Amino acid sequence: MSAKAPKKIVATTSLAGCFGCHMSLLDIDERILDLIELVEFNKSPLDDIKTFTKECDVGLIEGGCCNDENVHVLTEFRKHCKTLVAFGECALMGGLPALRNVLPLKECLDEAYLDGPTVADGNPGKIIPHDPDLPKILNRVYPCHEVVKIDYFLPGCPPSADLIWDALVALVTGKELDLQYRSFKFD
Amino acid sequence: MPAIAHTVKQVVAKYGGDATRLMDVLIDVQAELGCLSHVTAARIADVLGIPQVDVEQTASFYHFFAREPRGKFAVYLNDSVVAEFCGRAEVAAAFEDAAGCKFGAVSADGVVGLFHTACIGMSDQEPAALVNGQVFPKLTPEKARALVVGMRAGKTIEELKGDRFGDGQNAHPEVRALVHNHVRRRGVMVFDHYRPGEALAKVVKMSSGEVIAAVKAASVRGRGGAGFPTGMKWDFARRAAGDVKYVFCNADEGEPGTFKDRVILTERPQMVIEGMAIAAYAVGARRGVLYVRHEYLYLRAYLEHVLADLRAQGLLGTAIGGLAGFDFDVSLQFGGGAYVCGEESALIESAEGKRGEPRDRPPFPVEKGYLQKPTVVNNVETLCSAVQVLLKGPEWYNRLGTEKSKGTKVLCVSGDCDRPGIYEVEWGFSVNDILREAGARDVQAVQVGGPSGSCIGPDEFNRVLAYEDLATGGSFIVVGKHRDLLKDVVLNFARFFREESCGSCVPCRALTGMAQVVLERLVAGQGTAEDVERLRAWQKIMRNNRCGLGQTALNPIVTTIQNFRPLYDARLAAGDPRFVPSFDLAAAVQDYDAAVGKG
Repeated sequence: MSAKAPKKIVATTSLAGCFGCHMSLLDIDERILDLIELVEFNKSPLDDIKTFTKECDVGLIEGGCCNDENVHVLTEFRKHCKTLVAFGECALMGGLPALRNVLPLKECLDEAYLDGPTVADGNPGKIIPHDPDLPKILNRVYPCHEVVKIDYFLPGCPPSADLIWDALVALVTGKELDLQYRSFKFD
Repeated sequence: MPAIAHTVKQVVAKYGGDATRLMDVLIDVQAELGCLSHVTAARIADVLGIPQVDVEQTASFYHFFAREPRGKFAVYLNDSVVAEFCGRAEVAAAFEDAAGCKFGAVSADGVVGLFHTACIGMSDQEPAALVNGQVFPKLTPEKARALVVGMRAGKTIEELKGDRFGDGQNAHPEVRALVHNHVRRRGVMVFDHYRPGEALAKVVKMSSGEVIAAVKAASVRGRGGAGFPTGMKWDFARRAAGDVKYVFCNADEGEPGTFKDRVILTERPQMVIEGMAIAAYAVGARRGVLYVRHEYLYLRAYLEHVLADLRAQGLLGTAIGGLAGFDFDVSLQFGGGAYVCGEESALIESAEGKRGEPRDRPPFPVEKGYLQKPTVVNNVETLCSAVQVLLKGPEWYNRLGTEKSKGTKVLCVSGDCDRPGIYEVEWGFSVNDILREAGARDVQAVQVGGPSGSCIGPDEFNRVLAYEDLATGGSFIVVGKHRDLLKDVVLNFARFFREESCGSCVPCRALTGMAQVVLERLVAGQGTAEDVERLRAWQKIMRNNRCGLGQTALNPIVTTIQNFRPLYDARLAAGDPRFVPSFDLAAAVQDYDAAVGKG
């Protein structure tokens, strides 16, 4: 691409994830120097921009939705990003957080705050945390595509740095992705 | 505990301690003990000398095997499309109300258990239920209540049935069923005049090669749906290496809307068994297995009686038809309730006492089938056709039907029509012909060949029933204009396939479930055009499944998308396509609000 063309703008977020997918993104090592030549980051934990200041070309979503704030952020990403990419098992399928989906939410909250052995005497008021400033927990963990339309999915826990790099470069340069079998072979 | 040990010992002894007869053992033990607990499974394993897990996996695979008590009277109410058409919901509500428990549970007093079950082969007399193996057709809410009252009053199952038995052999002392045959049109293949042994008398004067040549010359094709040439199948088995070979009759008709095997086994069981003997003569088999679906267990004593009769007449046993060396006998094998067992290799697995999971093919059953020996598996109706071919000759047979589909087909007509029942017609009748005969008006759609077949609309009613146009295993479900096709029919079929997938192949296991979820979304008006495309795309993935169930499980959805697209389009959600319309944030936080006391 020509040096004068405006850089593509990328936003990233981690919803109900562990930041492992972002760590994997950083595993592109020295290619990060090439990356900042290719793109400009907007809202992202990488540059700590909290709210969208520009319309973006690509949004990278790590993690699924376990609370209403996740839904809010994901919705904002959908509004501001032309292309939305879910990356990593949690964003695609709910991942580890979705293990609770087999149980009613009430049972999970009771175990965490009232009945669990580690609660001991730590919660004398028997309160399940709730406050207007706290996000509300959803009845189950939702993969991103059950909330907004997702354009591309990068599987893996986490997806390999190479897969993230190859996909991102393909998206911002408009060149076809040369998908390597090893990128999505997990066993 | 002593009761368990005693029963298991007796039953296992009855089957000679043979572990491949595990299905029979489980059926009989359950009949005695009411259920197959882990303790019972352990005991069976012990006595048979096989690992407990082998018993557990078979016991847990089949719908009618109970792991916990299912009540003194276990009511299995059919939840098929046709049952729903006929007022099943009201009957189910009456059962629940009278029993005082919901479906899937047993009443507190342990007398009544209520359970859903897939099509039980009574689509011409729905709503119908199986109670302790006996059929109660044409139920009404009043009848349901009376049944429960009778159960609580200590009546026996025979007393509950009463004596208003159905027509024909349904009233036979060994059957005593409330079932009616509803044979509306008698054809020349199955329901014409028939005298047992006539065909065999001709066969024993021919060589096995001549028998196969006759069946080939008549181009008899399998009537189960796939239409494989029967003569070729027999020839493969005859040429297969080894001198131990088997002939199976597949009477596991589980395709919703099908009930022809029920009627044929009631009225013409001798003909079916004679067909098996002819096949055995042709391929050189000495043993046959008649595999009948669990739902027809009420025919067990009768079929045993018929087999004994045929032995007495010299049409089974040794030196059949007076021909030294022509030895053949047939045993009955009942299933445990699993649609997938209609697939021939799954049926063989089941007959060996295992889970009914289809095998990888090749090798085909004609090379390695039952107990790894060459095995011919033929449909009930196919065997009847073979009998007539041998009796009347290939030329007679070839005069019936169309150019590529010879002979007749027994159709099972059900749904929105005045005269549901059995119609034996020559191949080549059009859908319109059948609708007219059955008295169907204001027809929106016809499901031809059951859920695994296709759903067609009025613009295709001039198509003909034949292998070269609309192939069918027999199911013919009429859907009236007043029905909600997607909700009442397609969604019911989607649930059926999800329930009946054996789970062996990932695409089938996963996509039958996902398809149901997406379809529910579409029916609720929360689906998108993308959802519709997704369902179509999944059909390609489903082709990679091992058996016909998996390969056709999305047919109800895909054929209605193809033929009734406006019904889908009319239900698509409006709004910004970037957001998933089925996601409801307010509903998703309700549990949390309730948990923190703010609901």
